[in-house]
Amino acid sequence: MSTVAPDRTPQPRDPSSGPGGAAAPAAAPVKQRAWKYPVVYSVLALASLLVFGLLAGGGKQTTFTFASRNDFFTIPPLPVPSKATCVALGLVLVVLAAVSIWATFTRRRLGVWFPLLFGIVFVFAFLTWSAAGAGRMPVTALLAGALALSVPLIFGAMCGLVGERSGIINIAIEGQLLAGAFLAAVVASALQNPYAGLFAAPIAGALVAVVLTFFAVRYWVDQIIIGVVLNVLVVGVTSFLFSTVLTQDPATWNARQQLPNLPIPLLSDIPVIGPVLFNQNILVYLMYVVVVALQIFIFRSKWGLRMRAIGEHPKAADTVGINVNRNRVLNTLLAGAIAGLGGAFFTIGSGLAFGKEMSAGQGYIALAAMILGKWNPMGALFAALLFGFSKNLANVLSAIGTPVPSQLLLMLPYVVTVLAVAGFVGRVRAPAAEGKPYISQ
Amino acid sequence: MTNGTNPSDAPGTETSVTGQEQPADTSAAGGTPTAGGTPAAGGTPAANSVLRDIMSGSWLVSVLSVVVALALGGVLIAAADPDVQATLGYFFARPGDFFIVAWQTVSEAYMALLRGSIFDWEARSLVRAVRPFTESLVAATPLILAGLGIALGFRSGLFNIGGQGQVVLGAMFAGYFGYALGLPPVIHFLFALVMAAVGGAIWAGIAGVLKARTGANEVIVTIMLNSIAGYLLSYLLTQSWFKATSSANPASRTIFDTAALPPLLPDPFRLHLGFVVAILATLFVWWLLERSTLGFEFRAVGENPDAARTAGISVSRVTILVMIIAGALAGLGGAAQVLGTEGKLTGGVAGTIGFDAITVALLGRSRPLGTFLAGLLFGAFKAGGYLMQSQTGTPIDIVLVVQSIIVLLIAAPPLVRTIFRLPTPAKKVAA
Amino acid sequence: MKLELSGITKRFGPLVANRDIDLVVEPGEIHALLGENGAGKSTLMNVIYGLYRPDGGQILIDDRPVTFSGPGDAVAAGIGMVHQHFMLVPVFTVAESLALGYEPTKGMGLLDLASARETVRTISERFGFDIDPDAIIEDLPVGAQQRVEIIKALSRDAEILILDEPTAVLTPQETDELIEIMKQLREQGTSIVFITHKLREVRAVADKITVIRRGAVVGEASPESSESELAGLMVGRDVHLTTDKEPARPQDETFSVEGLTVLDKAGFVVVDDLSFGVRQGEILAVAGVQGNGQTELAEAIIGLREPHSGTISLDGRRLGGDSVKARLASGIGFVPEDRSSDGVIAGFSIRENMILDQYDRPPYASGLALKPAVIREKALEKVEEFDIRLTSIDDPISTLSGGNQQKVVLSRELGRELSLLVASQPTRGLDVGSIEFVHKRIIAERDAGTPCIIVSTELDEVLNLADRIAVMYRGRIVGIVPADTPRDALGLMMAGVPEDEALARVADGSAVTTVSQAAEGDLP
Repeated sequence: MSTVAPDRTPQPRDPSSGPGGAAAPAAAPVKQRAWKYPVVYSVLALASLLVFGLLAGGGKQTTFTFASRNDFFTIPPLPVPSKATCVALGLVLVVLAAVSIWATFTRRRLGVWFPLLFGIVFVFAFLTWSAAGAGRMPVTALLAGALALSVPLIFGAMCGLVGERSGIINIAIEGQLLAGAFLAAVVASALQNPYAGLFAAPIAGALVAVVLTFFAVRYWVDQIIIGVVLNVLVVGVTSFLFSTVLTQDPATWNARQQLPNLPIPLLSDIPVIGPVLFNQNILVYLMYVVVVALQIFIFRSKWGLRMRAIGEHPKAADTVGINVNRNRVLNTLLAGAIAGLGGAFFTIGSGLAFGKEMSAGQGYIALAAMILGKWNPMGALFAALLFGFSKNLANVLSAIGTPVPSQLLLMLPYVVTVLAVAGFVGRVRAPAAEGKPYISQ
Repeated sequence: MTNGTNPSDAPGTETSVTGQEQPADTSAAGGTPTAGGTPAAGGTPAANSVLRDIMSGSWLVSVLSVVVALALGGVLIAAADPDVQATLGYFFARPGDFFIVAWQTVSEAYMALLRGSIFDWEARSLVRAVRPFTESLVAATPLILAGLGIALGFRSGLFNIGGQGQVVLGAMFAGYFGYALGLPPVIHFLFALVMAAVGGAIWAGIAGVLKARTGANEVIVTIMLNSIAGYLLSYLLTQSWFKATSSANPASRTIFDTAALPPLLPDPFRLHLGFVVAILATLFVWWLLERSTLGFEFRAVGENPDAARTAGISVSRVTILVMIIAGALAGLGGAAQVLGTEGKLTGGVAGTIGFDAITVALLGRSRPLGTFLAGLLFGAFKAGGYLMQSQTGTPIDIVLVVQSIIVLLIAAPPLVRTIFRLPTPAKKVAA
Repeated sequence: MKLELSGITKRFGPLVANRDIDLVVEPGEIHALLGENGAGKSTLMNVIYGLYRPDGGQILIDDRPVTFSGPGDAVAAGIGMVHQHFMLVPVFTVAESLALGYEPTKGMGLLDLASARETVRTISERFGFDIDPDAIIEDLPVGAQQRVEIIKALSRDAEILILDEPTAVLTPQETDELIEIMKQLREQGTSIVFITHKLREVRAVADKITVIRRGAVVGEASPESSESELAGLMVGRDVHLTTDKEPARPQDETFSVEGLTVLDKAGFVVVDDLSFGVRQGEILAVAGVQGNGQTELAEAIIGLREPHSGTISLDGRRLGGDSVKARLASGIGFVPEDRSSDGVIAGFSIRENMILDQYDRPPYASGLALKPAVIREKALEKVEEFDIRLTSIDDPISTLSGGNQQKVVLSRELGRELSLLVASQPTRGLDVGSIEFVHKRIIAERDAGTPCIIVSTELDEVLNLADRIAVMYRGRIVGIVPADTPRDALGLMMAGVPEDEALARVADGSAVTTVSQAAEGDLP
């Protein structure tokens, strides 16, 4: 919402030098200490100490396992006493919360490492508590699964942020993922080559983007509306073709194809992390490349500078001879291609045949990850990983039979995002001109 | 003269110090470029505006959009049909075959759609022949109710994408108070309806309050609330205290008969009181928008929040109120499903009503009557789709394709005019 | 480099923004383009800069005809432009702003920001700008942002610099600095086209002056011309508007402001400890250069802004935390400064705009229900009374001309019993006929015994309407003076000179010439 007053008055900058000598007290706004974070940390730390530690029943064990098939060497399972571990971790959290209070009091800024560390310790406390007395907590599988679930989210979030930084809101990430999954499966199946699907998927995503930009840029239709409707359209088309063509002859059109894992020598032998990060198929490696490339190119390249300009102040870009709408279209097509790749992970990336509506709302979580990551590739990456982790944790916990309801864990990413846009978790600021069609004279 | 800023010299006077100046403020330009989104000239008496819409060809555009969408759907149906594909094999030898077979396939599918939604002339009894129409009304009921909620938001400048979550909450509340509570007849279903409205209102109200208090974008919040509602429902359906049955199925027990919306017609018709509720809701929303002070505020905020604020209208109050009313309407849509059609609460009870409602509101141009008619059309698609699927093997998913194409085209009238080479309506130029 | 325009014509639909304009800018000259708002100056500059394509005529550079298909061509030809609304991306650094569109790269499309920083430093040093290449634009004060724009233009080797209303957003000090910069640029051989409507600045800096009015060149002048000559050319009509009015018969002081202080969003003081009163049957005009707190004062009175401290009282009652709605209900009529964004709702019908802030009160509504018949009937009455030219009251108000839209606003605000009228810039953008009408209505309201506050940056309007004049400068009232105060004195006060000193200086003839002392008030 814009302010009511159309102009800001710059005059109180130097109040005493006017010829009239009218001394206006320049009320320099004083920054308040932000007590929000220490309070949140303290509450979480105490809750964790109480719920996971002191109030939990004693005498149980939690066993962490780290095995995976092709480990260079094996780490033996690690059984720990649940209650004692949780109390210990809870105390660590309390100390961290105290550090945060101290930092706020002395107006020191804590780095990114702090919430990360706090989060890891908290998650371990939670894991220890939730798996107490139940089966084993497979750490490697938990992480690997989390990464797998994150891949489409990460591609989707990258798509979203490239579009929005160019000024085009893309709600159709969901549709682009689904279209990518569909075309990847069909092409890979028809040509009996998973790598063929890898080339088809981006085309599918870009096609959806073509429709999006056609209506958004050419006809100035509201971008949110087009996005929502496009999602329905893609569901309709893919489901229709699935029920007809793909079901009539699944051997030709919807046979399972899988991108093989390509372990990276040496790196993949690192225990725990190695198999999770470096024994993956090419799609995952592509994801690394896309994130790093975007992080560099959005902020340090000519392309990125122009992209940010047309998303923030298109008229300024226009006056230096940048074709705003052409750049917007091209960037959104590129973004669509990225999302299409993400969709491929559902089918050829996971070795699954195409199924109706198999993107299952992941496009919306990708949108959430983009916002939570503040339109930054690295930020969105971590947000998507967080979402993937919480989803996989829900799966793992229900598999090993813990009392934690998986639905509530699955809800978490969405709740966090609502809190984020409401300003409870940091400040998010969207590109200024997003969603507004640029109409040049 | 001194330094006033003249609008004709500087486009808009929103001169912030950084010089962020947006191209021609859409709301001030009289109607957004989004034909579907926030309708322009709001607030004329209904009859008058209908007349003007026909004159300016926007109703024509709607009709033509439906035609184009059905045609494109037909292309898809023909393309996916094995018989049609077979004729393509010898297309150059006997092209006629292709057209004949394609025409047969498509017309069969659409005839089935018509028979399944309006009147089944192949049915053995009159009751069976008429039943499809009532089924369309049954399917249309929740779409109309939820669509009205979305339309109300659009008119007030709010993009409420959260119809789905609000329908789910409505269904949840209606169901719970329908089976967990014993009440006398009539009072019971009325109470359940009210609670459904409350449920939807709470859910939408969250987005409204967050928007009003913190400026949180309602699009994002409502999308997130949709997913949260879905998980909340599936969580509750694992809890026996909530579903009032110890069955392992993720479904509640059946609602009491007293809570069921009374049927309007005898068996085998399923048409229930919910449809009357939808009609009443349509009239209510029309009155609210066109004849009430509250609606005046809603529309004023939707068109120009700055001017509304200057006129003493509280924008945040309007934001919250609109969301609450919109949520209540969507909640009633959920209640129609549980209390009228399904009889119990399941994970899929809301289907995709909340998302379909957005397309319904867009097709209805965010007008109450338009939304009602659009709801009927999409209800007919839905009802007819089942017969089409079972009799001709054309998957019901084609309905989604047709619906979404309709809305895309409606949102871009110039495109439709280009397709049909219609003249551009004379634009009124500010003197 | 020599720039020559010959017969430039530019139309927007039926409107001719530029008609057959000839203009020659010699190398190393500061050429002022003087004209009222809406005279077509900005359009002309956008034609030169390649943003608009002319419908007729030719641009010649060093006597060779050129055509620009976009700003890029103009820049390549050596033309730089500093827009009135800066073309800077708020979240960029200065170096990034400089690079945009002309990116120095170092392979792989990666930016060479080091070289952009170096350019910023070099140019800054040459002109003593003191701009940090890594500062974020939105953190910079307006004057510094303008310097960034100038650096941008110079970094692209501009030999002709167009400055579009460069002083509109500057404080008098910043204006002085800008004038120094302009002189420096001229010394180094850059030609400057300086677009403005402020006479004093023109006289302080220009080598040559071209005056345009209604899209056409109406004359050339030298900086030695007197201000009244220039004003006559620019305005083209009798500058002294006069509406007949009886002397005021002020009664009780029913409205007063005590110690009112208002902060802006960033926490800066914009209205500073104001105290004044207005009596029934009198017009208090608040004069001042735009952006000296008048807007915020008006908004605080109607309740759109919450005061930081101080009280506002009407009819013996403190308004305190009353909402806008409550204040309207207590009889305050409010004509907002920006009609199109705050005064009317473009998509609403004329009929609806006439009840925009009264829709929920009798006679227009009872309870929650509107009364369409009454609304219609009253609307027709007002159309008659205010002589609003329209086709139908059911048409959207956007179909009306600005003057008629303003009449709708006035019919709404004056069409009921008022206890106070607050009108900001009531005649902005209106033609002479409409101005006269609006002024008459305001005076009639005064004669009916309503205390009136008219905020205007137009000295003519102030002098025409006021019974007393409060001059605002930097959020304070410099003085409240009688309506017959000499214009020169008012001008000095608008530049912050205290009342006594201003009167004394006018009396002994030592009226001012530099701009910062009389930042505004083109006193013919």
